[in-house]
Amino acid sequence: MWNYTDKVKDYFFNPKNAGVLDGANGVGEVGSISCGDALRLMIKVDPDTQVITDARFQTFGCGSAIASSSALTEIVIGKTIDEARTITNQDIADFLGGLPPEKMHCSVMGHEALIAAIANFTGEELADDDHEEGALICKCFGVDEGMLDRAVRGNRLTTIEQVTAYTKAGGSCKTCFEKIEEKLADINAAMVAEGLLKAEEAYVYGGAAAAAAPAPAASGLIQISPLAEGAKKAQAAAPAMTNLQKIMVIQQAIEELRPHLQADGGDIELVDVDGDSVFVKLVGACAGCQMSAVTMQGVQQALIDKIGRPLRVIPHEARRFA
Amino acid sequence: MSGPTGIYLDNNATTRVDPRVVEEMLPFFSEHFGNPSSIHSFGAEVGGKMREARARVAALLGAAHDTEIVFTSGGTESNNTAILSALKVAPDRREIITSAVEHPAVLEVCRHLAKHEGYVLHIIPVDKQGRLDIDAYKAALSPRVAVVSIMWANNETGTIFPVEALADMAKEHGILFHTDAVQAVGKVPLRLAETNIDMLSLSGHKLHAPKGVGALYVRRGIRFRPLLRGGHQERERRAGTENTTAIIGLGKAAELALVHMDQENTTVKALRDKLEKALLETVGHCFVTGNVHDRLPNTTNIAFEYIEGEGILLFLSRVGIAASSGSACTSGSLEPSHVLRAMDIPFTAAHGAIRFSLSRETTEAEIDQVIAAVPEIIGRLRSLSPYWDNGAPRAEAFKPEYA
Repeated sequence: MWNYTDKVKDYFFNPKNAGVLDGANGVGEVGSISCGDALRLMIKVDPDTQVITDARFQTFGCGSAIASSSALTEIVIGKTIDEARTITNQDIADFLGGLPPEKMHCSVMGHEALIAAIANFTGEELADDDHEEGALICKCFGVDEGMLDRAVRGNRLTTIEQVTAYTKAGGSCKTCFEKIEEKLADINAAMVAEGLLKAEEAYVYGGAAAAAAPAPAASGLIQISPLAEGAKKAQAAAPAMTNLQKIMVIQQAIEELRPHLQADGGDIELVDVDGDSVFVKLVGACAGCQMSAVTMQGVQQALIDKIGRPLRVIPHEARRFA
Repeated sequence: MSGPTGIYLDNNATTRVDPRVVEEMLPFFSEHFGNPSSIHSFGAEVGGKMREARARVAALLGAAHDTEIVFTSGGTESNNTAILSALKVAPDRREIITSAVEHPAVLEVCRHLAKHEGYVLHIIPVDKQGRLDIDAYKAALSPRVAVVSIMWANNETGTIFPVEALADMAKEHGILFHTDAVQAVGKVPLRLAETNIDMLSLSGHKLHAPKGVGALYVRRGIRFRPLLRGGHQERERRAGTENTTAIIGLGKAAELALVHMDQENTTVKALRDKLEKALLETVGHCFVTGNVHDRLPNTTNIAFEYIEGEGILLFLSRVGIAASSGSACTSGSLEPSHVLRAMDIPFTAAHGAIRFSLSRETTEAEIDQVIAAVPEIIGRLRSLSPYWDNGAPRAEAFKPEYA
């Protein structure tokens, strides 16, 4: 059974503000019966002060859906419409002392209902928010099928490493590796069918066809050690470079990677190059992020792909161990 | 350490290990702990007791030979072994037949094989009562099919499939027939020797034996390839040192199941019927799912409309009643039970489906308590539901935005 907090249990067993609200002037109805959740949120707003004076809910859903709905009514009562607009689904989850990752969508539904109720009150048109969800893929980072699909399609992702870099899915315990592999292959196949991706770029389950493909971006295996077989071959095939040429190519490759890290509020700096060891510094959100090891791996792979020879990317803090 | 108390009506999920089974097992942890493969005296006693366990399981199944029993780690391993073996011994046959309502230990294995190993998979549908579409089954049979894997009884609804007849039809095409009988063994009298069933999976913990032990019945003369290699155990059909204590426990549980078989089909069935009848009478807008004319004697699956199952289970749990649900939210996936969806049960009802599964340990007093507790819980949750209004479903359909 789920590990619900006492507050979730309390709000489920003794929900506050359940039922129909007479005289409601804002009603939001959201949800999806197919995934077992539906919520009607009713709010009464004082037209002069714009303060939500009362709120009630009716919910078809599991324990945490009912608790989230009830919590939402408690949060919004007494707030102005403008204040209510700033409430997020995380606020609902926090109010309840947290929700299990699989149940965060209950708080999302509460948030959607609030937006819909406010829109109903003000008469604004509700933006058609495509909130396609799906089964949870990565429990560590709460990545579901819908998020994966959007990330893969939006960024034309074709490797497991890219999926991890863009969504964090699979970035920690890796128990979801097969699921990511399967989903990535499915989404890529659909993209190929829709003409959005070349067949030879698509990720193939098991990485078998991908390994044979010339495109380095389609590697199905995570290569951690630069001294692996493939890398040794790369070394043999690599053109001779002067130290200066090598550093310049590395610098250029890192510049190309920076926008990806900056998009997440982080950054990377090249500190030094010593033989085949590349010393870098992660800054901003990347520093201390539990994903930094994954980021390092991604950078390393990108550099190996770029300059065609084995390299080891090392955090400069760890230089004394190198 | 004292366990939870209350009324346990989730016996299709797992059962309590019978104290007589525990007693039988205990000496084999620290007294007779030897490896049955050893020559010395520490192993001798264990080997004899394992032979007895094998004979007891064979008796429960009505198997012709004790050696047809291969002990495994449980139902899932048995199912995987059976299907993969059948495919490997008939490499020129590239098709698989299964049903839409199988346990994932069969269905997911078949889907994986179809998706990644190029097998053609026929998933036979069921009707609204959960009965197999026999015409679709017949149409799928051909010499191209390597294996049929169809369950004996459904874990969610208890619906029984006519597997003996299905096996006869498969045999005409030279197809190996496997059945996942995890829910049927111990509740339905079996005489495998008189059937054309080639392989059958059973799980210990569904019949008052411990978890982590099960068996695969493999008819004598059937070609077989092991899943696990690396040892001579189980006549080289399942390598690895045997889980001796659990196997001995399974043997005892099999013996007890045979002794109590009549009770399952009289006392337990009567209690199940009493519970079902009372709930249908006192709670409106609910119905029994599955084939009520041919199902397990211990199982009832009732769909309570307009509410969601997890809420029901949480309230039941608070008053000490353990049951289970086909709802999405209890499983971690976002979709309701594939079994109820295959039966085309409407979403508003499928989410509120509750399975009560009894055992020979269930008492009439317990059933009376459940009958007393359920109606109020259902009423309370319906009062919160947007699909419900003043004791009846809302006339105008509730149509929430976005999906």
